[in-house]
Amino acid sequence: MKAKRRTILKAAVAAAAALTLPMSRSTQAAEWNKGAFGATSIADALKHMGAANAVPSKDILIKVPDVAENGAAVPIEVTSNIPNTQSIAILVDKNPFPLLASFGFSNGAEPYASTRVKFAGSSDMRVIVAAGGRHYVAVREVKVVAGGCG
Amino acid sequence: MAESIKIRATLQGDVADVRMLVNHPMETGQRKNERGELVAPHFITVITAAHNGRTVMEAHWSQGVARNPPLGFRVRGAKVGDKIAVSWIDNKGASGSAETAVGG
Repeated sequence: MKAKRRTILKAAVAAAAALTLPMSRSTQAAEWNKGAFGATSIADALKHMGAANAVPSKDILIKVPDVAENGAAVPIEVTSNIPNTQSIAILVDKNPFPLLASFGFSNGAEPYASTRVKFAGSSDMRVIVAAGGRHYVAVREVKVVAGGCG
Repeated sequence: MAESIKIRATLQGDVADVRMLVNHPMETGQRKNERGELVAPHFITVITAAHNGRTVMEAHWSQGVARNPPLGFRVRGAKVGDKIAVSWIDNKGASGSAETAVGG
């Protein structure tokens, strides 16, 4: 009897989980990529994104200061001129967690985003564009006077 | 969290230029407080934006985005008065949202 009650309880918990999960997920087009965001090396982050073999592209425009006084808030602006751009990701090679942000576009959004990010120190910044099932990359070096990850 | 977002959308041609500012600590988990203790990571993971109810942008973030981050994005095919709605969720399950009308 006790075992049966346990079984029923388990089933109820599973049913409740099944009910709540799809609801919380429906607001989100894609899952937050835990593997890529948790990666502690640029190579690992790119691998989790499926972007290890990204092709260099001049059609990715990056606006970022060459020298940033304060690594805690470096302004960046990225635009992709690659047709059918689906997403733009920003990575800083030498940060403790290199993948900083990924922007997905749909229904008329321009492949453009601007924000402010942290640099632990001077580092290459990498912008990865996903378009038509392929990945493209552009790299910019940023010198940082005072790191901003502490 | 009602005051967590400032947002403004202005029309340039047929493109809505949206600028927002989110109040959020964006803790990396590497910073120490005055007592020398590590402050737990606390950061926005997902921001979504919709134009007249249709999702146009979904940003996924890490702790590497700056504190009180600004976010700019652009929506083609917009008109004055169109609704731009945004919302965020963080790694602790907190959330915030805001809506604005595209201005001329």
